Amino acid sequence: MASFSIIGKRLPMVDAPDKVTGRALYADDLALPGMLVGKILHSPHPHARLRSIDTSRAARVPGVVAVVTGREFPNQYGILPIGHDETAFAVDKVRYIGDNVAGVAAETEEAARQALELIEVDYEPLPAWFDPEETMKAEANWIHEDKPRNIEKEYHHRFGDVEQGLAEADRVVSERFVCGEVTHAAMEPHSTLASYNPEDDRLTVWSSTQVPYYLHLTLANILNLPHEKIRVIKPLVGGGFGGKSEVIPIEVEAACLSYKARRPVKITYTREEVFYAHRGRPVQIVELTIGARRDGRLTAVKARVVQDGGAYCGYGPVTILYSGALLGAMYDIRNVQFDGYRVLTNKPACGAMRGHGTVNTRFAFESLLDHVATELKIDPAEIRLRNQLQPPCITVNQLRVTSYGYPECIRQVVEKSGWREKRGKLPFGKGVGIAGSHYVSGAANSIIRGEGPHSTVKLRVEPDATVVLLTGASEIGQGSDTIQVQLVAEELGVPVERIKLIAADTERTPIDLGSYSSRVTFMAGNACLAAARNLKKKIFEAVAPLWDIAPEELDARGGRITARNGAGKSMSFAEAVAAARKQFGELEAEGGYAPPAEARGGKFKGAGVGPSPAYSYSAQVAEVTVDTETGQVTVERITVAHDCGRALNPMTVEGQVEGSVWMGLGQAVQEEMIWNKGRLMNPSMLEYKVASTLESPEIDPILVESIDPEGPLGAKEAGEGSLAAAIPAVANAIYDAVGVRITSTPITPEKILRALREQEKQRAKGNGGAR
Amino acid sequence: MEKHNLHLRVNGQRYDVAAPPNRLLLDLLRDDLRLTGSKRGCDDSSCGCCTVLAGGAPMLSCVMLAASYQDVEITTIEGVAEGDRLHPLQEGFCVEGGAQCGYCTPGIIMVAKALLEQNPNPTRRQIADALSGNLCRCTGYTQIYASIEHAIKKLQAEPAEPVGRGD
Repeated sequence: MASFSIIGKRLPMVDAPDKVTGRALYADDLALPGMLVGKILHSPHPHARLRSIDTSRAARVPGVVAVVTGREFPNQYGILPIGHDETAFAVDKVRYIGDNVAGVAAETEEAARQALELIEVDYEPLPAWFDPEETMKAEANWIHEDKPRNIEKEYHHRFGDVEQGLAEADRVVSERFVCGEVTHAAMEPHSTLASYNPEDDRLTVWSSTQVPYYLHLTLANILNLPHEKIRVIKPLVGGGFGGKSEVIPIEVEAACLSYKARRPVKITYTREEVFYAHRGRPVQIVELTIGARRDGRLTAVKARVVQDGGAYCGYGPVTILYSGALLGAMYDIRNVQFDGYRVLTNKPACGAMRGHGTVNTRFAFESLLDHVATELKIDPAEIRLRNQLQPPCITVNQLRVTSYGYPECIRQVVEKSGWREKRGKLPFGKGVGIAGSHYVSGAANSIIRGEGPHSTVKLRVEPDATVVLLTGASEIGQGSDTIQVQLVAEELGVPVERIKLIAADTERTPIDLGSYSSRVTFMAGNACLAAARNLKKKIFEAVAPLWDIAPEELDARGGRITARNGAGKSMSFAEAVAAARKQFGELEAEGGYAPPAEARGGKFKGAGVGPSPAYSYSAQVAEVTVDTETGQVTVERITVAHDCGRALNPMTVEGQVEGSVWMGLGQAVQEEMIWNKGRLMNPSMLEYKVASTLESPEIDPILVESIDPEGPLGAKEAGEGSLAAAIPAVANAIYDAVGVRITSTPITPEKILRALREQEKQRAKGNGGAR
Repeated sequence: MEKHNLHLRVNGQRYDVAAPPNRLLLDLLRDDLRLTGSKRGCDDSSCGCCTVLAGGAPMLSCVMLAASYQDVEITTIEGVAEGDRLHPLQEGFCVEGGAQCGYCTPGIIMVAKALLEQNPNPTRRQIADALSGNLCRCTGYTQIYASIEHAIKKLQAEPAEPVGRGD
């Protein structure tokens, strides 16, 4: 077994001292001389044509330096090459309440606000679409003229023969699930500081982004500036969860305002603006059917999924594809049918949120699996084990699974939660439920298709033997900077203090695609290892001749280079660096990572989404109490096991797993964006109910290490895969507690009470309702 | 609005600032004194990211008029460590993972500091009660409890700093 000195240790995050002392700088903490305040005018209409905009009075407000509207920067953008449908500011139409109409840069916030009030906009309101099923029937007044019937994208996948599979089943169960809309609500509101310098025609942008590289590309497009004239720097980011994983309007708006004002401009969203910027998890309708034989083996799954994507494309096609693709990669199911519709409505655009696309379908599937297990009188933990994949394998939808700790996750949570003693045996009102979920360790196919590396890392050794780690990867609080430092330190056999990390600065650091789809540990991590191995090779090549041995006979450990069998030959890392610098001059090395061709999936339409070099797995047991008088559900405890491949830093992995479960619980029982004709009814942290300490249960994490053959030292993703299972685990526990199945999220007291009353009615009619 | 001279004591230091009377303490700290450790996370005093100590009590600086706190000692996250030496709470948040993105961390440390000064040995339930006005979107709170409990143990092992200790 491999032995490590830095990997597998509970090390503090490298940026923790800055975060606990207040020294840490986030975008809104930055200031430049001559900096202006930027403010945005948002649309009050959900759908309207822009007849005219008059900014002349606004421009005359003392202190106002620039006012910008849509026609000045009309180039379209969007995170997907097939979805360039946004502009910095609306050009001809507004498509949701909150859409971007104009921007003002002024000396003070007061002046900027006053100017916004003086911008005169003549709107011609249009009929608006709010319901995902209704919008698909639209004959006219489409939100985007080139998207007939307001359908952004639809996909129809058939693998195996679903009708045959259902015919072979002893039990077929169907249900319609409706999941409410949720949002990231990262504690840091989005903020962008843009500084255009007319002297050298260069733009520098500091932004709260998960994707500095894509932001860089977008800014070049919007401002028609050459790539090399732009520099994007990501300062610390106060939480992302996907909400900063595509270009957010203020990022281009701050740049446009700075370009016009010829001065630095900072825009920071108010919390209300954060809610309207959104890009969160859409309302999703899942009509699901599964078939099982008497022994619990699943014979087929059939899903129709409709996602209410809001007014712009964003990540939409990816989100809807994930909802189908990962239906097939968890259990051995040979017959799969997926019909997915991503539709447009006059609401803020949805996007990627932790567990991207997979969460609501997983809730539906794991709920229905519990249902069918109950009908077949098979233990719900057991039915999951009976349908396990047999890796290494390729699923019917062409996903390659190389490591699979899911069965072990199930066994461990069953053991640790006391499942066998509790399931079906607790007093009425108390129950336990089990569910599983999984997620990609990065997408095997990049957003902009290409053959290049998804991540490149450079190492440069200073004369004092400090190793400078240059990485484009984006730390957003998940600890990726720490993991990269650990991997390089481990490989070079030096303490973490010797590594100096410079990250996410598009002028200084090589390209990394960003922090999304749980890709950083796997991809930037592998790039770090490759770079460190290349560097080590150079050092060994310089040291070996000194001792007259082959480079392969050297080891780097404990801050020293040592001959493996060579009679005590050893020198410090610093001495070895000096020898190598003598030979090579500047001591540098590079490493990259691109997913292997075998991991990139099939060739059918939509096959690009879902394939990953490796998948994480999670199993959870939820223990709940249901108050049958009030309908209140209290989640008492979650026992979760997450297969992370190898826990490079168990403390940060546990932190990711706990955070994922907790965010899933929010969606399960209390979080929901409530819309009324395109207006958000709860756009504040007071009303959108993020759980406080008082509503947060004990979460007991178990790490399962399946050691992935291609992961960096065996590691896989840790930050998303455990979110989805929390929701069905709670729903299934509610069934165990009181015998009702809730098929929509969040599971509110009202829904519980309604279901309990219905149950009583059925009982009164003598229809049983057995637990 | 007309500016007035405000006199504040922050982290043991005196500041004279010309500011309008409606200046919020959080804005004054962040924009005028460039003490950006206190964060703005919401606009309705619901998240706790801006928590500072006023006369030792945790308060939300986003809803405090700076002018009203001229006679009160204000402590912000920048005033918690002693020089390079981290406070046990700060150390706890490093070694137990209580700070992920770090945005809520300053506010939570300020609340925890006030709690431990009142009650050096709180139960987890008491910690949860004290922190109920501070939202964290990353951790699910488990590692925050562990971080605070690290500090509790450390403070109990070496309760008070001997006066005049030089290291």
